Amino acid sequence: MTAGVELSPAQVISRARSARRARSVVVIAVLAAVVFVIFCVSLSLGDFKIPVVDVVKTLFGGGDRATEFIVNKLRLPRALTGVLVGLALGMSGAIFQSIARNPLASPDIIGVTYGASAFAVLAIVTLGLTGAAVAALAIAGALLTAIIMYLLAWRRGVSSYRLILVGIGIGAMATSFTSYLLTKARVEIAQQALIWLTGSLNGRDWSQVRSMAITLAVLSPVLVLLVRRLRILQLGDETAYGLGLQVELSRLGLIVVGVLLAAMATAAAGPIGFVAFVAPPIARWLTRSPGPALVASALIGAFVVSLSDLIAQHGLGHTQLPVGVVTGVVGAPYLMFLLARTNRVGSGG
Amino acid sequence: MDHSLSAENLAVGYDQREIIHDLSVRIPAGKISVIVGANACGKSTLLKTLARLLKPSRGSVLLDGKSIQQIPTREVAMRLGLLPQAPTAPEGITVADLVGRGRYPRQGWIRQWTPADDEAIADAMMSTDVLEIADRPIDELSGGQRQRVWIAMALAQETGILLLDEPTTFLDLTHQIDVLELLVDLNKRDQRTIVLVLHDLNQACRFGDHLIAMKNGTIVAEGNPADVITEPLVQDVFGLAVKVIPDPVAGAPMVVPLGRHTNRADARPHPSTPAAKALAASAAATGICTPTQH
Repeated sequence: MTAGVELSPAQVISRARSARRARSVVVIAVLAAVVFVIFCVSLSLGDFKIPVVDVVKTLFGGGDRATEFIVNKLRLPRALTGVLVGLALGMSGAIFQSIARNPLASPDIIGVTYGASAFAVLAIVTLGLTGAAVAALAIAGALLTAIIMYLLAWRRGVSSYRLILVGIGIGAMATSFTSYLLTKARVEIAQQALIWLTGSLNGRDWSQVRSMAITLAVLSPVLVLLVRRLRILQLGDETAYGLGLQVELSRLGLIVVGVLLAAMATAAAGPIGFVAFVAPPIARWLTRSPGPALVASALIGAFVVSLSDLIAQHGLGHTQLPVGVVTGVVGAPYLMFLLARTNRVGSGG
Repeated sequence: MDHSLSAENLAVGYDQREIIHDLSVRIPAGKISVIVGANACGKSTLLKTLARLLKPSRGSVLLDGKSIQQIPTREVAMRLGLLPQAPTAPEGITVADLVGRGRYPRQGWIRQWTPADDEAIADAMMSTDVLEIADRPIDELSGGQRQRVWIAMALAQETGILLLDEPTTFLDLTHQIDVLELLVDLNKRDQRTIVLVLHDLNQACRFGDHLIAMKNGTIVAEGNPADVITEPLVQDVFGLAVKVIPDPVAGAPMVVPLGRHTNRADARPHPSTPAAKALAASAAATGICTPTQH
């Protein structure tokens, strides 16, 4: 406690709360700044390099015609899609991990994105679709997977443990279906599907930006209302009931929001792996928050996707990679670390 | 603060298995009621049903005369608090944060912390003696401290009724007594109605005002511990032959199992310590326990 000043007990409580909040606010501000810097750097790099200062000027409407064309028309959609997809994935991961009280429960570990992938591959390979139609089927796949998962996990309520196990099972089924489709496909088409499956921001245009912006604009206010329920849900079902929470309804609402976020992100950029999985723990660690740390997770998601895409585009000379390759390289070791640590502690969470 | 809690003709079960068949009970207001019984007798099931965690297939739980299932759950949470048997806290949560979450039922849609919230949280933490550790993460605390914090969370809810499911299970003896004495304090100070499930009969007799003894999903006996805990009843409920003697400190019934091994030399009571002398004297006076002659 602060030395010298005698605080009333109620003041101790409100001070402690302000201190917790202050840390989150600082972390969020710093993260937002970092994401903005990476965003600007990614707009400045390319075949034609533009100084970051000019990029910022152009963004705020003060650049010349040529830079404006390159920044706003050519590079902005891709960079914005990256940021928005990252925000959505980070939030989705935070929701799922908090609901399940388990760091393994993120949409890319339990089946949701696998379901989206299976349907997208079906669209590309079997139905010969492209673009928006693939995205639409991916969303349908994610939603269908989530519904099946929820129904199968239901037994007088949905326990988080069952949700994860059922999710992993459905994910495995979706993956084998995807592999089956790929082995039947012609090589060129299979390759096209594989690029989609890795997750890529290549060639994204304003339509992706628009759909992601609408998704976030609609779902964020819903989340603001639901986040308090999520904090109570974290205490376990029985405690949550005791505190007067409508447990199943709240959980269902949160799952719907989490699935929609993951589905829209996957539709826009393919299943970029591990972002939803690593963002929330990093955010919780930075903010020292036990809670879902939704905003910080979203920003970490944006940070990971933007930085990974920067590396994927420019880090390896002229070889351009899909962004999912880079996020996978970062995320997979974390998964192993988590599994190893969980085993040592001797609890599955 | 005074709220009434009772159950009428309850039948409760999980899936196909019915555990409680036809049970009616009235929880005395302002007292500490303890539900006791052997494992799987339905005591936790009864507590969970009273707390609306389980929905009865027949009958109903009445809170202030109205079916608890009909009252909005948040409204119930302002009158009745619950501490589950093994509550889980998110990793790294601090004491003050966790206790603060007890205010959930009393806050609106958008969280707004009022001075009244802070007062209630501070009050709950002072009465459970955890204010000094307000900023510590829960995971660093001892089992006893942690249980105090959970009780503080339930207190921050400011309910007239508090239900606790085996609050002493994972604690060592010192902390078991500590938690039970805390509950008595809370009961005495605010006339709070407390219902808890306990395994230890002696603790139930010592700290409970009202005992509810259960067997196979029905209530076998209820009332004052001194009336309820008799040798035949314990034999019936637990299937264990015991002697019941008044405990030397509080005079509440004390259950001593007969068991099969009574022939150990060092186990025979020698009235050497003051407590043992008091025990022998009271036993002799009431004639309950006559040492076996060999």
